[in-house]
Amino acid sequence: MSGIPHDHYEPKTGAEKWLHSRLPILGLLYDTIMIPTPKNLNWMWIWGIILTFCLVLQIVTGIVLVMHYTPHVDMAFASVEHIMRNVNGGHMLRYLHANGASLFFVAVYLHIFRGLYYGSYKTPREVTWIIGMLIYLCMMATAFMGYVLPWGQMSFWGATVITGLFGAIPWVGEPIQAWLLGGPAVDNATLNRFFSLHYLLPFVIAALVAVHIWAFHTTGNSNPTGVEVRRGSKEEADKDTVSFWPYFVIKDLFALAVILVVFFAIVGFMPNYLGHPDNYIEANPLVTPAHIVPEWYFLPFYAILRAFTGDVWVVIAASWITGGIIDAKFFGVLAMFGAIAVMALAPWLDTSRVRSGRYRPMFKWWFALLCVDFIVLMWLGAMPAEEPYATFSLIAAAYWFAYFLIILPLLGVIEKPAALPATIEDDFNAHYGKAETPAE
Amino acid sequence: MLKKLAISATAALALSAGAVLAAGDEGHVHDVDFSFEGPFGTFDQNQLQRGLKVYTEVCSACHGLRYVPLRTLGDEGGPHYSEDEVRAYAERYEVFDAELDDFRPALPTDHFPEGGDPNAPDLSLMAKARAGFHGPYGTGLNQLFQGIGGPEYIVSILTGYTGEEKEEAGTLYYENTAFAGGWIAMAPPLFEEAVEFDDGHDNSVHHMAEDVSAFLMWAAEPKMMARKQAGFVAVLFLVVLSVLLYLTNKRIWAPVKGKKTA
Repeated sequence: MSGIPHDHYEPKTGAEKWLHSRLPILGLLYDTIMIPTPKNLNWMWIWGIILTFCLVLQIVTGIVLVMHYTPHVDMAFASVEHIMRNVNGGHMLRYLHANGASLFFVAVYLHIFRGLYYGSYKTPREVTWIIGMLIYLCMMATAFMGYVLPWGQMSFWGATVITGLFGAIPWVGEPIQAWLLGGPAVDNATLNRFFSLHYLLPFVIAALVAVHIWAFHTTGNSNPTGVEVRRGSKEEADKDTVSFWPYFVIKDLFALAVILVVFFAIVGFMPNYLGHPDNYIEANPLVTPAHIVPEWYFLPFYAILRAFTGDVWVVIAASWITGGIIDAKFFGVLAMFGAIAVMALAPWLDTSRVRSGRYRPMFKWWFALLCVDFIVLMWLGAMPAEEPYATFSLIAAAYWFAYFLIILPLLGVIEKPAALPATIEDDFNAHYGKAETPAE
Repeated sequence: MLKKLAISATAALALSAGAVLAAGDEGHVHDVDFSFEGPFGTFDQNQLQRGLKVYTEVCSACHGLRYVPLRTLGDEGGPHYSEDEVRAYAERYEVFDAELDDFRPALPTDHFPEGGDPNAPDLSLMAKARAGFHGPYGTGLNQLFQGIGGPEYIVSILTGYTGEEKEEAGTLYYENTAFAGGWIAMAPPLFEEAVEFDDGHDNSVHHMAEDVSAFLMWAAEPKMMARKQAGFVAVLFLVVLSVLLYLTNKRIWAPVKGKKTA
């Protein structure tokens, strides 16, 4: 592997040499686990491990749940109750799986916002960022389809609303919607294909995660200073880094244990906190729930979807220019996917040569506002589509786009960054003082 | 430190925003201090048995419990009847047996039958399908100590009749302070001393409503006590693990960090 100079695996015993000349798998594992990692990584760099744990948790609990679940409109709801009541430990498995999805999204949002603040997406890590965005899209698709499987009221009506979005695409929308659903409406074919894809996508995510790790192991980790590890020689690199094992493995495991305390408290004591009571009512195509609310992790983008109503001037303008092809509904769909697209384009929209927000006095404030904006959007997504929420949504959605499309490109030109530390070692020593020989 | 606090506050907010629900035209639900609330709350076996009696003698005339297997009445953490009592109880229901192509008395392995009235919703999950509380400030966080408010919703419905009636399109509606919209099609099901309890417990409407709501909470979440226990053990174990990992981490990093100056 290229990148930061470090010791590579040397097979020592005869058996190791035998295997290494045929399949250098131990070398790959060694290089992966012993990778030199900037020693100044702070606590916001733990989310990768948390996310890996979540993926494993979801796949393991999911595979066991599938052993008892029946993907059929007449039996799905009852089979979930069967899991809750008759399967040994089934209630725990299901609550772990349902709340595991929420932990997954908490971690992924903090992971993404860490990247946005510390400029982790900037060259040469654009590919890592893009793959991360693909993982995030796959996660959303997986979570959405997973929520349909228990076949409760929110499952059914959520599926109806979200697949309806594709129906808003001009000309091809309705055939696409019918193709997604496997028929004119959400029915058994929909449930079956969602089940199939819900099982498939996590393995796609796992493959993308491997590529994500491969990419940032090639470029090396970013770090809170945004200053690159010195690569002139191994001695230099050693001053800026420590090996991933044991330093960061133990640190990340400690963080994971603390987070799991909260996670298990929620699973044990309030497992339905993040769910919706209506999903304990079996799906009924004839009864529409009073409020169809998506899961919390979709709310910010759901708010952006609803923000652009027919009376907003950009929507009217878009409709006029395209001769009505882009109507309010389609505009909303474009805005929702656009909100994720602009985030994915951050590496090319951010013109500042300084990576880390720590040394960008103006950026800091705009970024803080983006965090607030995200939470406000999440709150608005849960509110009914009426005033004053509609106006708030529009303002909050506008800021989301303005941040990526106007503020990021502009700041790089007008902002005067603070002085960067010369090396990671300098930054680390400024915090902790010079390393002493261990006094064991 | 301030930044860390801000991050945790952000995370907490982001989490709680999900539970924020749009406040609609909801009826009034009053809080009841149930024994099964909070991380250490447990079902009161006697209350569940009284609740089953109310369900059997009143509710089951129209409603069903289609997802609840009769045998679970004997489970620990539930009404916990003996095997013979469960068998005797099951026999009061007739179920259709596809193999016999006829009705036969229910066995413990059968489920409670479905309700006789197609307009009466099944009650298996009712205590989880309704949320009485969304506080504080719509975050729903108080359900850690208060529960989600489903059983309270049922109590409030059962005790929320004002006595007013109206007829619309041939259906009688009864005014109810807890029901969304204020008018419910269900006639007041409980009246004073409707059910005689074996243990001589107070059988005023208010008490019967609480007992049957506790029973329905158990019917909706029969593994609640096992779940809380598992949660408690997991939290305890993970706290110990966290401490050990904290100490390990500190020791591993000590030579790298040297003494902290800032």
